[in-house]
Amino acid sequence: MSERVNEEKTTPTPGTPRTGPGPGSGPAEGAVAAAKAEAVLPSLGPLGMLRWAWTQLTSMRTALFLLLLLAVAAVPGSLFPQRPANPAVVTQYIKDHPDYGKILDSLQLYDVYSSAWFSAIYILLFISLIGCVVPRAIVHYRAMRSQPPRTPARLSRLPEYGTLVVPADAGIPASRAIDDAAALLKKRGYRVEVRDRDGARPSLGAERGLFKEVGNLVFHTALIGVLVSVAAGGLFGYSGQRILVEGDTFVNTLVGYDQFTPGTNFQSSQLEPYSIQLNKFQITFDRESKGKFGQPIDFKADVTTKENPGAPAQQQTLKVNDPISLGGTSVYLTGNGYAPVVTVRDGAGNVAMQGPVVAKLQGDNYYSSVVIKVPDAKPDQLAFAGFFLPTAFITPEGVSFSGDPELFNPQLTLNSYYGDLGLNDGAPQNVFELDVKKLTPLNARNLPTKGIVLTPGTTHTLPDGKGTITFDGVKRYVGVDIHHNPGQGYALFFALVAVAGLVTSLYVNRRRAWVRTGTHPDGRTMVEYGLLARGEDHRLAGEAAAIRALLSAAWPLEEVEGSQPVPSAPEDNDRADAGTRTGAGPDTADSAAPDFIQSTAGSPESKKEQ
Amino acid sequence: MPFSINETMGQYSELFMLLAAGTYTVAFIAFAWDLAKSSKTLRAVDLKAAQLSGAEPARVPVGAGVGASSAVDRSEGAVSGPAGRAERPSSSAAASGAGVTADGGMRYGSERRAPARVAVALTVLGAAIHAAGVITRALGAGRVPWGNMYEFLTTGAFVAVAVFLLVLIRRDLRFLGTFVVGLAIVMLVAASVAYWTPVGHLVPALQSYWLIIHVSIAVLSSALFTLTFAMSALQLVQSHRQKTTAAGGADNLGFMRLVPNALSLENLSYRINAIAFVGWTFTLMFGAIWAEKAWGRFWGWDTKEVWTFVIWVVYAGYLHARATRGWTGTRAAWLSIVGYLCVVFNFTIVNQFFNGLHSYSGL
Ligand code: HEM
Repeated sequence: MSERVNEEKTTPTPGTPRTGPGPGSGPAEGAVAAAKAEAVLPSLGPLGMLRWAWTQLTSMRTALFLLLLLAVAAVPGSLFPQRPANPAVVTQYIKDHPDYGKILDSLQLYDVYSSAWFSAIYILLFISLIGCVVPRAIVHYRAMRSQPPRTPARLSRLPEYGTLVVPADAGIPASRAIDDAAALLKKRGYRVEVRDRDGARPSLGAERGLFKEVGNLVFHTALIGVLVSVAAGGLFGYSGQRILVEGDTFVNTLVGYDQFTPGTNFQSSQLEPYSIQLNKFQITFDRESKGKFGQPIDFKADVTTKENPGAPAQQQTLKVNDPISLGGTSVYLTGNGYAPVVTVRDGAGNVAMQGPVVAKLQGDNYYSSVVIKVPDAKPDQLAFAGFFLPTAFITPEGVSFSGDPELFNPQLTLNSYYGDLGLNDGAPQNVFELDVKKLTPLNARNLPTKGIVLTPGTTHTLPDGKGTITFDGVKRYVGVDIHHNPGQGYALFFALVAVAGLVTSLYVNRRRAWVRTGTHPDGRTMVEYGLLARGEDHRLAGEAAAIRALLSAAWPLEEVEGSQPVPSAPEDNDRADAGTRTGAGPDTADSAAPDFIQSTAGSPESKKEQ
Repeated sequence: MPFSINETMGQYSELFMLLAAGTYTVAFIAFAWDLAKSSKTLRAVDLKAAQLSGAEPARVPVGAGVGASSAVDRSEGAVSGPAGRAERPSSSAAASGAGVTADGGMRYGSERRAPARVAVALTVLGAAIHAAGVITRALGAGRVPWGNMYEFLTTGAFVAVAVFLLVLIRRDLRFLGTFVVGLAIVMLVAASVAYWTPVGHLVPALQSYWLIIHVSIAVLSSALFTLTFAMSALQLVQSHRQKTTAAGGADNLGFMRLVPNALSLENLSYRINAIAFVGWTFTLMFGAIWAEKAWGRFWGWDTKEVWTFVIWVVYAGYLHARATRGWTGTRAAWLSIVGYLCVVFNFTIVNQFFNGLHSYSGL
């Protein structure tokens, strides 16, 4: 991370040519670049402005700012009802809050995740991401192909530094010592380059953990993949709902759906004409625990499916958390309830309507509302509205409630109406709601006729010879959701790749090691080594110790000074400073540090090697 | 068809939870006592350090000031060899103000801290009883013990304590004891008082092996975030204190001597946060996979999903901050704190007061 801190120094200034975080781009260079940039500042042309804006956008600071902004921007979506989730609630919310409901709407606070401002933030973030990843990928590609960085003049300036001394009689000259060290580091997974092997002070540069940066790049790139997959799913997918009463069959065509939401690029030819028939729906209720007595604990729908009209029928079970896959879609069990079966005869005695009526859940224990519209009744159209209770109880005050979810005492309590249902003008109506404005009540609690109360098998005769209604029995229904999302497989793939990259990036340590050897005038072979981490690495000292142990084991050693203490410069609590210092390590000549391999005087060969 | 309920087991479980809370309370007192005694203890360490460095001045590492930390360092290094130097921040601890803080490496020192030992022993005992409570709850219900708020709280508190104890094996984080144990007590009490729920079956929406995977990782990550939250908060206090003392101000937060220096706190909390972030990434992903199985879409901006996402982004911001100039140290610590506040908010307020698809979490 030290490095990024350095890079940060060079990038935000206008007009700076990107120096990039390549190996060896030290703070000195950064400072020079910054100084240059300062000089360029006044003559910033339009191109310069553009470049400046781009540099700003792709800086770490901007990325951080946009990330935090994204977090903040996501919050309102949890505070206000959202249209995509439930448009009816939004409409109601606006009605309930006349003072600011509309204002919130104009700010797109009911469509947060497709709003202009939310989109702007994440699009900017991803542009910044691309602008960040591409140059880093290029730099890193070069780094992977180039040799490990040159040996610093003063290894003692590195965060981990140590020395070893091989006795003169061991017969290990400096060149052999460096070969041994090279072999050993190679075995530990380092890329190694030996320099000036036969010179006076042979050295080696070694590096490992290049996959850390690869992991980081893969992680960020995969995020783009996730985003694109999600977008593609929205474009090419579709979803819909359907209610199926026991015995009903759904065919996957547009008319088969009660509700259908196509993606932007949806074509109806995408629908495969499979079919699903609901044979039976079973619910298990909790009869054990006190607190949850009567709660459903298991739903199970037995269905017969056909891949296409000509295919053989298959028996399948549809459960919550366990969708069925058919024709590229997934079919989910999302709701259920009771559907009382009724027969309505009109004034002429003809059956005007017969069949199950889906009752909409209203309260505990399947207390449900029922609306029955009978447009075919003659001479007047008929309608009924009321409640269905699987286990009806009536309090002394006359309030009815359902005492149990199962059908122990099923009851239909209805009001009846006649008149014009308003269905003939073709305007769509909600089947679960009855608009009674144009209707005349026939039965109601506050009328002398009273409300209708039916138990299975009973019939009620409507006043004025308008007809009869019979409660034949009860069936169950299920609500199914059908989804087709071609993007989700890709999204999962990229998410997994992202995690792999993330883990690599966080847990691979990128380290550099250098070893230099030399011969002391008295014939001993002097060895010094130094290590530097790039990024967070709390195990660097452990690595240094391990390398030291390996080297010691390879040679018969004479411990003179033992392990040299760590560099003397005190680190303070300012991370950025600490980082700069560490980053500066290899490039900063520090005259204060004593030369370990004394008397092998001469300029450090690392300079020559450049 | 689910397993049948065993109410007796459920009652045992509640008894164990109560006992665990009681044991934790005593442990809490011991931890607090330890903190209160800290000035005294550390004065002893200082004294010893001064003697030690007087005896062998040559072995004091260059740059490491004379103080508690260097003394601890060396006694440590003697045992573990050069690896002891892994604790680099400790030398800076000393540099930032001689002997003001505990060992930056958060290794155990040689100083005996009797109250702290008692506190840890009691915490282990409490955790054992607590584990029995969690296990009997699971046996009573015949399923994983995280299906409603009561169970999230009791199991979550256990995981927080267990993670703390596990970290204690390798690092001396006893200075976090009052916080972690105190939090566990609060969670257990809240569970029993406000969210008590008898053993029962899971609602069908939760009957999935994804419940096991998704929630366990979420709870584990949250426990880790809990530790880093405490460390980041202490980091802020410590860094303020270090600045004050470095400027020659009076050290009026004596008990903070028991707490390592700000940089060490930051480094360790970064490492733990990095693990927890990976855990949270999995939480998010597994949640999405489960949502796809249960509701047919892997992402729908349900309130719970929104907050899980917000937390993820905040911690991603934290990781970025650690690599951004000017954002390390104090600002990063604030992000870690904000992230944790979002975790708490997600768990409490969102679960209870926001209705979304997740609101069946069974209050
Ligand atoms: C979609 C938005 C982004 C997310 C969720 C994200 C997330 C992360 C995470 C979790 C890490 C830490 C793990 C790792 O090192 O791989 C990280 C590191 C990093 N990110 Fe991002 N990032 C995003 C955008 C960006 C952008 C726009 C940039 C460029 C300006 C960027 C540059 C970096 C760099 C340089 C690191 C490495 C930091 C280090 O060395 O510790 N990221 N990012």
